[in-house]
Amino acid sequence: MTPHLHLWLIPILPLIGATINGVFGKRFSRQTVTGVAWTFSGAAFAMALWVVSQFSSLVLPYTEQLAPWIQAGSFHAEFGFYLDQLTLIMLLIVTGVGFLIHIYSVGYMWEEGGFYRFFSYLNLFLFFMLTLILASNYLLMFIGWEGVGLASYLLIGFWFTKDSAASAGKKAFIVNRIGDFGFLLALFLIIQHFGTLDFTQVTSAVIPYGIEAGGGFLTAIAILLMVGACGKSAQIPLYVWLPDAMEGPTPVSALIHAATMVTAGVYMVSRSHAIFERAPIALTIVAIIGTLTAFFAATIGITQTDIKKVLAYSTVSQLGYMFMACGVAAFSAGIFHLMTHAFFKGLLFLAAGSVIHSVGGEQDMRKMGGLRKKIPWTFWTMTAATFAIAGIPGLSGFFSKDEILWRAYQANWIYWLIGVITAFITSFYMFRLWFMTFFGEYRGEAESGHGHGHDAHGSHGHGDGHGHGGIHESPKVMLIPLVILAFLSVFGGYVGVPAALGGSNHFEKFLAPVFESTLPNQSTTDHAGTPESERGDQITEAELQKYEHKAEKSTELIFTGISVLVGLLGLFLAWLLYYRRPQLPQEIALALGGLYRGVVNKYYVDEIYAAVFVKPLIGISRGVFWHGIDQHVIDATLDDSAAGAREVSGVVRRMQSGNLRSYAGWIAFGAAVVVVYMVWVGTR
Amino acid sequence: MVPLPYYLLLSGILFACGVAGFLIKRNIITIFMSIELMLNGVNLSFVAFAAQWQALSGQVFVFFVMVVAAAEAAVGLAIIIAVYRTRATLNVDKVDLLKL
Repeated sequence: MTPHLHLWLIPILPLIGATINGVFGKRFSRQTVTGVAWTFSGAAFAMALWVVSQFSSLVLPYTEQLAPWIQAGSFHAEFGFYLDQLTLIMLLIVTGVGFLIHIYSVGYMWEEGGFYRFFSYLNLFLFFMLTLILASNYLLMFIGWEGVGLASYLLIGFWFTKDSAASAGKKAFIVNRIGDFGFLLALFLIIQHFGTLDFTQVTSAVIPYGIEAGGGFLTAIAILLMVGACGKSAQIPLYVWLPDAMEGPTPVSALIHAATMVTAGVYMVSRSHAIFERAPIALTIVAIIGTLTAFFAATIGITQTDIKKVLAYSTVSQLGYMFMACGVAAFSAGIFHLMTHAFFKGLLFLAAGSVIHSVGGEQDMRKMGGLRKKIPWTFWTMTAATFAIAGIPGLSGFFSKDEILWRAYQANWIYWLIGVITAFITSFYMFRLWFMTFFGEYRGEAESGHGHGHDAHGSHGHGDGHGHGGIHESPKVMLIPLVILAFLSVFGGYVGVPAALGGSNHFEKFLAPVFESTLPNQSTTDHAGTPESERGDQITEAELQKYEHKAEKSTELIFTGISVLVGLLGLFLAWLLYYRRPQLPQEIALALGGLYRGVVNKYYVDEIYAAVFVKPLIGISRGVFWHGIDQHVIDATLDDSAAGAREVSGVVRRMQSGNLRSYAGWIAFGAAVVVVYMVWVGTR
Repeated sequence: MVPLPYYLLLSGILFACGVAGFLIKRNIITIFMSIELMLNGVNLSFVAFAAQWQALSGQVFVFFVMVVAAAEAAVGLAIIIAVYRTRATLNVDKVDLLKL
């Protein structure tokens, strides 16, 4: 028997919280706002846990149609919810990490103005994100997709009096719009060809199609979907908004711009895997975009000095890994990395927030240092996350990244090579951050002299409770989420230990029904769900069957060894440059000259975009649309018709002389005309 | 019996006199009387037709017109008195405050 889950409650609960706090929050005390925010985000998490407890008794995929929404001819869309293994994992990540960050934010935002506003937005974000992942069709997903963009915009620009925050919010919104445009076009194509947007129906409609050798409409749909994913998940060429999004409060960066929203693109691509599997060209594009993004974002990460910017580029880079996985049709590996990334990157941001909080708002790592002893809890949790992302064996990031690299190698060794180099860079910049922040001497200003607000929003200032001098550990309400996430970062990977390392990869087996290949006529291997055509092209089928298992296992171990080696190499190099010989980096930077400057300036991508897109757009808008069309066509039409009416009435108003007899004369004249006309008509 | 065209001719003459008086005269009371003259010119044609075609509806209409004219006289004269009290004149050319 399938129980009725009332899935619709999960997104609705945070919406209620957002409404209460948004409407009445101004009059509430901080405690009440906290209570409302925690209750409703916690309730959503509790619902998710309840769904887990019911999961084994469900017939999957479980769907729930709440109400009809659009009916136009044969096309119809419902407010419907959809639950399968993939949804369940996303649901747990979003509600779980979301709830933890709600807890943390109370500590972080306690002294800020607009406390209620912050939690209202945060709950609103949860509502849209849960709509996105629970939707049963692309259209409802699109609502969530746009909604998280809105929440992201509101939260990036949370300190809206600060100019840079306001423009960062706008930038995020506008860049996302480009991606959304692609997504919408993809939806139109899907409607045109399949007449439906329902996930189940689209998948079953796609199944009869074979792999498209050249380009076809499936390739077009897949590429357009990828454009949408590029915007939301900050991939080349649309990644530029994510680093700027760091203007938002740090918990927002952790929740939206690391753990959940930016992974929506990966989720969407995985959800559409049936389409992508049939479009090898689109898959290759996804893999190339992912690989390039991973590499370039990582190189930028090396040179950043703002602690949050390093993490932002790191996020872009890790998202690149996820797309690399999707691009080689290893969707479950991508989702696995999505999950571990949510843990360790969420933790990194929260810990960075705790660091920023403790040093009174400083974000420049050059002014930190030696914080290890002063904020031990933050230090140890951040250490766990740093080791996890750097791929040190035994931690969550190691397993997921290794899985992706291995799958990438099976598809094409170039992906693997760039992936490994990126892993080395990742390890290097993360340990650079770690050494610069926690080791050596404190390089900031005198300890008593920092009363200004954190996140560099000086005008807001700190309340009394925070004005005391000295570097101090964050309150418990911030540390508890850190510890929980640290635990998850360390042990979260054990759900998906690959077979080669003696595990049985429960994670992949759990997801296998979702990603079971929909392609006909293919042999399944131990890696169920990976389309044969995408991997191991150089080996024939028979050989594959025979040797694969053994050979793969030993090769996989060698590759794992290489990943571990580069991770440790990064650690060693960072130790050498930023702990052992701190003057060395400057010498290297000088030696590299132009190359270094290029990387520091993020390859001038923002400047190039400004010159190629923004400036011409502003020029055309000003010259043609404003001065041309708006002023000379739209405004002129109205102005001229108004002037015309005035001129005509200037003549006509002479008739209203106020002379009664002249009015009477007009009446008599009119009556006479009517009589003459009627007589004329009558005698004709 | 007097033939119909005679009645109609007289009716037309009365109406024309009314129009002329309305347009020419400046005294508001004279104008008012001209209006009554026009109404009665029309009434005459009504009863003439009624008698010609042996139909009662024409005569009914005349009664209606007389009722309306009586009401109009009551209201109109009241307005004229009010105008005279405020403006101290009965010349319509001087009562032109609504002019643009």
